[in-house]
Amino acid sequence: MERELRLMKGNEAIAEAAIRAGADGYFGYPITPQSEVLEYLTMEKPHERTGMIILQAESEVAAINMVYGGAACGKKVMTSSSSPGISLKQEGITYIAGAELPCLIVNVVRGGPGLGTIQPAQSDYFQATKGGGHGDYKLIVLAPASVQEMADFVELAFDLAFKYRNPAMILSDGAIGQMMEKVWLKPQKERSREFPEWATTGKTPDRERNIITSLNLDPNKQEDFNHKLQAKYREIEKNEVLYEEFQCDDAEYLFVAYGTSARVCQKAIELAREEGIKVGLLRPITLFPFPTVIISRLADQVKGILTVEMSAGQMVEDVRLAVNGKIPVEHWGRMGGIVPTPEEAVENLKSKIIGG
Amino acid sequence: MTEEIIIAGFGGQGVLSMGKIMAYSGIMQDMEVSWMPSYGPEMRGGTANVIVILSENRISSPIIRTFDTAIILNQQSMDKFEQSVKPGGTLIYDGNGITRHPEREDITIYQIDAAGEASKMKSAKTFNMIVLGSFIKVKPIVKLENVLLGLKKSLPERYHHMIPMNEEALLRGMEIIGEA
Repeated sequence: MERELRLMKGNEAIAEAAIRAGADGYFGYPITPQSEVLEYLTMEKPHERTGMIILQAESEVAAINMVYGGAACGKKVMTSSSSPGISLKQEGITYIAGAELPCLIVNVVRGGPGLGTIQPAQSDYFQATKGGGHGDYKLIVLAPASVQEMADFVELAFDLAFKYRNPAMILSDGAIGQMMEKVWLKPQKERSREFPEWATTGKTPDRERNIITSLNLDPNKQEDFNHKLQAKYREIEKNEVLYEEFQCDDAEYLFVAYGTSARVCQKAIELAREEGIKVGLLRPITLFPFPTVIISRLADQVKGILTVEMSAGQMVEDVRLAVNGKIPVEHWGRMGGIVPTPEEAVENLKSKIIGG
Repeated sequence: MTEEIIIAGFGGQGVLSMGKIMAYSGIMQDMEVSWMPSYGPEMRGGTANVIVILSENRISSPIIRTFDTAIILNQQSMDKFEQSVKPGGTLIYDGNGITRHPEREDITIYQIDAAGEASKMKSAKTFNMIVLGSFIKVKPIVKLENVLLGLKKSLPERYHHMIPMNEEALLRGMEIIGEA
């Protein structure tokens, strides 16, 4: 299958990109605004195209544990859901992180807490980047801001997950999941027939047993393992940070925003620059690892930073850590499923940063 | 050049598919496009709307609150979106079922009778293509030939036999807005 231009919803783009990335299995359960991922895969019947398995599980909990099983066998497996469903998956996710297994989890975020609303939000940032489940662990977290990135980040997430034997998450939101844009789809990649050396594929006489577990009853061994995990996370922080700078060269002020909010900020920059306000945007693409170094460097250049998030202010804490008190950092956002407008973003830049 | 459009009406009037065909038409002439539907509970029985942006440049925000053109197909949408048209912008509406007509004097307003034309064509399904025809007549951002290509791309093959009827509806829409 060749490279191909299509008009697709973000959710559909994830599904098609997963087939083309040579994924082995998808296990999911429907929830708005993410259901098109499962719907598309079911309609597309990828088992006829590549042999990829699609299964609608009986619940989110079942789906993530099927991912755990598939990943333990060294297979390229994934699940997707939206906020309440991702909360249900947290036990499985921490086990997968503790067992050092690669997989992809997609969260098309909606407003919370609880069942909240089906409209877009970014209020799961803490959950995605600070743990979510119990124990000291990290997910690799990618934040797409377009339908094209929804497609591109599937393969990227799988590559990073296998490189570090770590679960990766695509943290999207209802707006990017539901909207359609142009997307260039990559050619079909063959599914791998080989198994990683750690996979539980049945012991052969020439090697020791492969054991996949997150249990270590000996505290000393567990602490050694914790150190090993932390060393891996530091390695990821060193190697895998991704971000985009937008009109930062001459910027006197800075927006920091990801996903849908970053798109809103781009429009806000157009409006602000018409009024002569020199503002730029730093868009984190990886939320873990967070682009700390570039934000710290930009803090030496600009007079103040406004983070724009569809939440009460979560990423702003990481921005403040990066800036370390050098300049004012404020948050502004909308909650409850409301997408901020570019006009509001400019007003708040003026009132909270420029005038403040 | 960037055109920011809202299409709003009842679920079932073909609002979302009209937007999709518009977006595909843009792709056919190498434009950047975005299509952002309302997907809230209102989709189940009430109003449906979609924001379509066609641009020669990278599109910034796909979600906006003011529009160059509003295509309004019921009273609730008129109440909600008349004030969202930018000064100097365009409002196209189907008069069927409208009890309070638009009052803005700083925008160009076209009333059409797409519902009436669709019933003359004996197919309610042509309604949205008549409206789209009217739009491309007054805002020739996408060419008719590219709308037809877009239609072909967005319709599953089993419906391709309906393309001639849709073409007729587009042409009818282009005619009636001239009379408005």
